[in-house]
Amino acid sequence: MNLLLLAAFWGVLMMFISLSGRSHATIRLIAQVGMGLLFLSTLAEMQGFLIYDLKAAEMFAMDRYGLVMLSVLSGCGFLYFLLSGRDMANVGSDYSEYFSLIFFIFCGFVLVLSFTSLLMLFLGIEIVTIPLYILTGSDKRNLKSNEASLKYFLLGAFSTGLMLMGIALIYGARGTFSTMEVVGASGIPTRLLLGGLFLMFFSLAFKVSAAPFHFWTPDVYDGAPTVFTSFMATLVKVAAFAGFLRLFDHAFGSLKTTWQIWAGAVAVLTLIIGNITAVYQQSVKRLLAYSSIAQAGFMMLGLYGLGDGAREGMVLYAASYSLATIAIFSVLTRMNDYTIEGFNGLAKKDPWIAGILAVCLLSLAGIPLTAGFLAKFYMLQAALSAKYGLIVVVIAVLMAAVSVYYYFRVLQAMYFRAAEEGTQFPAFSTGFKRVLTLIAILILVLGIQPGLLLHYLYF
Amino acid sequence: MIALLLFLVPLIGGLLTFLPNKSGMARSLALGSALLSLAGVIAGLTLFKQPLYWEFDAEWLQTLGSRFSLKGDAMGMLMSLLTSIGVLLAVLGSWNNDVQGTNRFYGLLLWMQAGMMVVFLASDALLFYFGWELALIPAYFLCSIWGGEKRIAVTFKFFIYTFVGSVLMLIGLIYLQSLTPNHSFQMQAFRNLEIPESKQVWLFWLFFLAFAIKVPVFPFHTWQPDTYEQSPTTVTMLLSGVMVKMGLVAMIRWMLPILGIGVFIWSDVVICLSVIGILYASLIAIRQDDLKRLIAYSSIAHMGLTVAALFSLSGFSNNSNVVLQYHQVGFQGILLQLFSHGINILGMWLLADRIERRFGTRKLSELGGLARTAPTFTIFFLLIAFANIALPLTNAFPGEFLQFNALFHAQSPYRFVFLVLAGLGVILSAIYTLNMVRRIFFGETNQATENGLRLSTAESLALSLVVGLILVFGVYPQAVLDFTNDFSREYVKAIDITRFLAK
Repeated sequence: MNLLLLAAFWGVLMMFISLSGRSHATIRLIAQVGMGLLFLSTLAEMQGFLIYDLKAAEMFAMDRYGLVMLSVLSGCGFLYFLLSGRDMANVGSDYSEYFSLIFFIFCGFVLVLSFTSLLMLFLGIEIVTIPLYILTGSDKRNLKSNEASLKYFLLGAFSTGLMLMGIALIYGARGTFSTMEVVGASGIPTRLLLGGLFLMFFSLAFKVSAAPFHFWTPDVYDGAPTVFTSFMATLVKVAAFAGFLRLFDHAFGSLKTTWQIWAGAVAVLTLIIGNITAVYQQSVKRLLAYSSIAQAGFMMLGLYGLGDGAREGMVLYAASYSLATIAIFSVLTRMNDYTIEGFNGLAKKDPWIAGILAVCLLSLAGIPLTAGFLAKFYMLQAALSAKYGLIVVVIAVLMAAVSVYYYFRVLQAMYFRAAEEGTQFPAFSTGFKRVLTLIAILILVLGIQPGLLLHYLYF
Repeated sequence: MIALLLFLVPLIGGLLTFLPNKSGMARSLALGSALLSLAGVIAGLTLFKQPLYWEFDAEWLQTLGSRFSLKGDAMGMLMSLLTSIGVLLAVLGSWNNDVQGTNRFYGLLLWMQAGMMVVFLASDALLFYFGWELALIPAYFLCSIWGGEKRIAVTFKFFIYTFVGSVLMLIGLIYLQSLTPNHSFQMQAFRNLEIPESKQVWLFWLFFLAFAIKVPVFPFHTWQPDTYEQSPTTVTMLLSGVMVKMGLVAMIRWMLPILGIGVFIWSDVVICLSVIGILYASLIAIRQDDLKRLIAYSSIAHMGLTVAALFSLSGFSNNSNVVLQYHQVGFQGILLQLFSHGINILGMWLLADRIERRFGTRKLSELGGLARTAPTFTIFFLLIAFANIALPLTNAFPGEFLQFNALFHAQSPYRFVFLVLAGLGVILSAIYTLNMVRRIFFGETNQATENGLRLSTAESLALSLVVGLILVFGVYPQAVLDFTNDFSREYVKAIDITRFLAK
């Protein structure tokens, strides 16, 4: 719970700092320090240190899994601030408020990861998404950003409506919001309860952009300012998934047989649609948007094969996917040309950056020795044990092979094609390169020794 | 310890080779690393051949049930010898090549070696899979950066093909692991499994596709001629000389002893595909004008025979010693051929590379009359070409002979058809090889070939090594047969499915 208190405090702090008229550098530094503190406070909580012992177990209670997930999120958030903090200044004039909104989103993460009442889940999801609507439209003079924001808001509000409806039906069926009690001891669901369950399933599938609820994703991700797309596509998506898993694990775990097949179907559909559509993209930004749908398909496999392995896989997936995507987006933000051809010849100009991007792309594609491979490995292993697992898994790996196609197009552009005359590549500062290098090292280390992260789940 | 060294030397060597910017320095480092691994293998084959030195085991991915365990059995030793010879030849053969970015070129080459060593020595399935991919990624970069004109598309096809195969294999590995009692990836745990026939029938294909694409077995071969043609010849040497053997070693180690019944059920289909492959590839080879494509197709044909021989070992012996004896001899032929074919094709590529660099063409129709202008080169070429046809007294002969023997003793009702058709392959191989020799070395010289061709010291050294090995193992193959004797006896017992039928 440390993170909840600190994030709320820091969010307010950032809001007021904008009044004091500090320089961008100071604001950024304060935000980075804040995010670093969030990370450290989560680590401290894992050692048993609490700033204030909130007694609200009927509403939310943090467990080990939530803490590990939260430390992954805040750790990645810290790296994200280091890499992209500077670029946020280019979006608009409300520099400090952007940070403030992100800190509030972290408050939402805590609720999503620790709810024991359905109401808290609803609150958490709302706290996460409402600032996102604002961030999506933060490039106020850009028509595409406005369109994306409106689209996201309308569809998001609708899906939230579905979720509320689902919660209401469940309350009607069982007379409680507590995740422990929504399914009775008998384990035989009434129709009302099932209706509520599936409404929540659809609504959360929308939030994590699983097919067929994914239509908002490419437009919103493409329209939003690239720095914020990076945040939405990684941390927000991963946190929503963690909440999704938590709900279906804690509340509906005993009804697994009824929803499992649906989770499998959604996973397969997401994998196919995400990967096949990504093949046709010319812009790296849209490619990453579709790739995020495709990766969501793999994370859905974790829901499909829910169990210990899937939980571990989810943590590893969260880390590997977020790290790699944040790194690629941070470079993309600075590129002048967002098309794949824009990356032509980058390896010759800047071999270091190209090498790091290569590691990230290989990790997203799931090549061994990178964290992405083991993340996919855990998911496949989990899914294989489920009913009809073999068919689902075969489709998943074939789609992984399709994903190699589009990730490697970027790789080919960087390494094997020459830049056109007069292409301007941005200059990357040494500090930026150092952070990127750290990310690449983390990806490789997790790919060889995932135990370094996963053992926190148990000790 | 030796096993670990064989993995670490190229890994660290590759890393070091990346550092210097001077091409001479990088080259020397690569040569040093190649020599060191060869010395390591030779030391392991002579002084330290007790299993103790060839085994290594350490904790790795505990929660996944995988350990970092390497174990060099006779096949592993033989293949690591081939790998280190192959890398040495590749470095020597490209000694005078002007490569842009020498440090990266050799660095990647050595990493590829590290990956292949893991594949040949791993006794843990997940580690094996890691090695399988570790060898592929550097190869992908090597071919795409330094290859020919159409390199990007062609190499990509190669990569996607192999990747699809390997992820299917990954499913198979995960599935087998879930069947083992303590969820282990160890080879021994896999071998102890008793998988019901209904599962082996489809599990077989998950594995076979991966390995068949690598070897390649007809009709999964379409990536191969293009890739061999477009890759820089140094890399093609390793691809066809060593990497292709990964597919066969994987079949030997991870399929036959584990999925014995599945292999038996499908063996006729596989042998049939291989025989089609032999004839098909040989016929295409006859019509080739491009030297590199010709060698590529010839390699498909040779590997087809080895796969056919391997799958003809599958069957039940009813514990009859005679049958086991036949199987054992056939299996030793396969091991011998894995090694010999590797050596021969390495030599072939060295020669092809030299021709291409000297004359700027690979087209047979643009060459001719070299026998008069470059006699030394011709002698080398002829000897290696004879080995390619598997003439007696060359190293390929005993291997191929024993393979036909295995095919003859197969437990398939169609074995004679297979044998006769596969036998045609030998005749066809003589046709295309001799035809190639005739068109390059005899007839009229033209403007290009008039001035002949001189071999540099490094090249002569490399070619002498190849020819030496061809003759030594051609005259005295018994060395390899003795070496693999115990291993083969154990192995044919392990793949015998009589124990399943008794139940």
